[in-house]
Amino acid sequence: MEIIVCIKQVPGTSKVQVDPVTGVLIRDGIDTKMNPYDLFALETALKLRERHGGHVKVISMGPPQAVDVIKEAFMMGADDGMLVSDRKFAGADVLATSYTLSQGIKKMGDFDIIITGKQTTDGDTAQVGPEIAEYLEIPHIANVLRILKITGKDITVEMDMPNTIEIAKVKFPCLISVEKDIFQPRLPSFKKKMETKNKEVKVLCLNDMEDKNEKRYGLSGSPTQVEKIFPPDENTDKEIWEGNGEELADKITEKLKELKFI
Amino acid sequence: MGKLRINQNLVNDEIAKKLIKICPFGSIEYINGTLDINAGCKMCKLCVKKGPKGVIEFIEEEIVKVDKNAYKGITVYVDHVEGEIHPVTYELIGKAKELAAKVNYPVYCIFLGYQILDKAEELLHYGIDEVFIYDYKELEHFRIEPYVSAFEDFINKIKPSVILVGATTVGRSLAPRVAARFRTGLTADCTVLDIKENTDLIQIRPAFGGNIMAKIITPNSRPQLATVRYKIMTAPQRNEKPGGKITVRSMDVNKFKSNIDVIKVTKKEPEENISEAEIIVVAGRAIKTQKDMSLAYELAHVLEGNFAGTRPMVEAGWIDPKRQIGLSGRTVKPKLIITLGISGAVQFTAGMKSADHIFAINKDPKAAIFNIAHYGIVGDIYEVVPKLIENIKKIKGLTGELPKYAAPTSRN
Repeated sequence: MEIIVCIKQVPGTSKVQVDPVTGVLIRDGIDTKMNPYDLFALETALKLRERHGGHVKVISMGPPQAVDVIKEAFMMGADDGMLVSDRKFAGADVLATSYTLSQGIKKMGDFDIIITGKQTTDGDTAQVGPEIAEYLEIPHIANVLRILKITGKDITVEMDMPNTIEIAKVKFPCLISVEKDIFQPRLPSFKKKMETKNKEVKVLCLNDMEDKNEKRYGLSGSPTQVEKIFPPDENTDKEIWEGNGEELADKITEKLKELKFI
Repeated sequence: MGKLRINQNLVNDEIAKKLIKICPFGSIEYINGTLDINAGCKMCKLCVKKGPKGVIEFIEEEIVKVDKNAYKGITVYVDHVEGEIHPVTYELIGKAKELAAKVNYPVYCIFLGYQILDKAEELLHYGIDEVFIYDYKELEHFRIEPYVSAFEDFINKIKPSVILVGATTVGRSLAPRVAARFRTGLTADCTVLDIKENTDLIQIRPAFGGNIMAKIITPNSRPQLATVRYKIMTAPQRNEKPGGKITVRSMDVNKFKSNIDVIKVTKKEPEENISEAEIIVVAGRAIKTQKDMSLAYELAHVLEGNFAGTRPMVEAGWIDPKRQIGLSGRTVKPKLIITLGISGAVQFTAGMKSADHIFAINKDPKAAIFNIAHYGIVGDIYEVVPKLIENIKKIKGLTGELPKYAAPTSRN
């Protein structure tokens, strides 16, 4: 089976602040890593390949240095990888990001299934997967807990709904997003690292896409616009207590009593 | 809508250095005397605003304007599973009414399902104008293609300006597909919503994976979609007398074709849900070992409350993901919340800051959690919490051993 996994490079820390006076973003270091939820998607793909054969290809969108995240996927066992990267993709919101990725996926050849993680840790929207499926005109199933059965033409999965667990069969080609813990992700292997050291990562820019209309990518292709960024509100009605452990515990106890929680 | 232009003739080493420093995303490069912007650019335009004047310019592009007057009304998607309406729906109706009053819009609901007519009547007690129902066997289970088709039919006929969707399992799947079909904007997990006189929806949410809020608008696309999590907005009072009307819509059933077959639906065992808890103790990164989770667990126990954790706790496997509070977990609105050793990243606080009483214990007096706490306790949880548990036990006359914390077992 032919499997595509969408992965993203995210900041390693969440220590981003905004200066309340100047409105400038302050980012601590430029530590990056693979979005932790994507590890589960990639592991799912590798498990499916072990059992049913085929290939695992990964795709990512980001700055040139996001090549690293694809190399990391190689170290875990991905067969092939592609990065879509172009300054013209800058400022993309969910819609433009999904469109760009769907255009990239069209350049990766036929596939049976696309697997994504639950969400990213930097955007937290969980929207890109369904939008890619819409652009590719394929069905999608989110919140996949387990894979129950695979035949040559469909996959049966268990999905987590608010009050129910549902079992559904979906025909290929399709997109699924998997929950954390569907499989335990393997660690990158040193052997694979050595083997794939010189493995090529295809990098695609706007001119490589089927649709070269600049207006559908980046900021121009984004219906949503960030009008302003600002630090979160502060609570003005607050008390700060200091002291040793015992004093503080007593103070909390008193307050909890006063508020009738004890 | 536009792009950045670099005037290379104004660039020198010093200016390049300045610009590289200004860019918070490290996207400005200076190679062999040429300044360039790479694909990491987020179009924050700080290089234009704060950089040396005229070096990097923002070029506006001509755009085709959408006719905003062709769209009217605020629609709430009725979130349900097998006909059972999720309470987030009523919270969104409350917000929709508030927004609608500002721009003199009607409030609609769209309800997709099977044999749901009687369920729709309940919605009429919450002060909406019209419920549009698509009642078909094909919509009995949530399957993405038929649901999007029905939604598409609704948008084409009714042309709502704003669509609010609960950020539930179903909503998170449905809203993005609808947005993509109409090539329009969708903002996830909004924490504040407002509307401008020109009917642009103001959407505020945490952004850039940091301690930052972003105000987002959809200035030139309609409809405007936003998802909001449960327990963020407030549901209106139920009116005794129903108002508004129900309209049953029909559509071409051929459009319900789906490649998904729902084979079996099993009701989950009712489980403890931290979203409903009135007292919550939350464990954060300052907890050093899995064994020490008992600090949070025991405190929750003596307070007769629930315990929860932050994302690092879940990632470490110390706590069940269902007990995670924050943007990637659950939103809670308890009467009392006590956070233990939590720094207070906006991803976390977005999930709990509307609690009535927030007590935060943290060693670091500069921790961001103190910005939102009502009672900021600067101290070491390892010193404060055991004593606090003792105090409460004494007051309540609790004796004997407390139950021990058991970590979740992995499914693998």
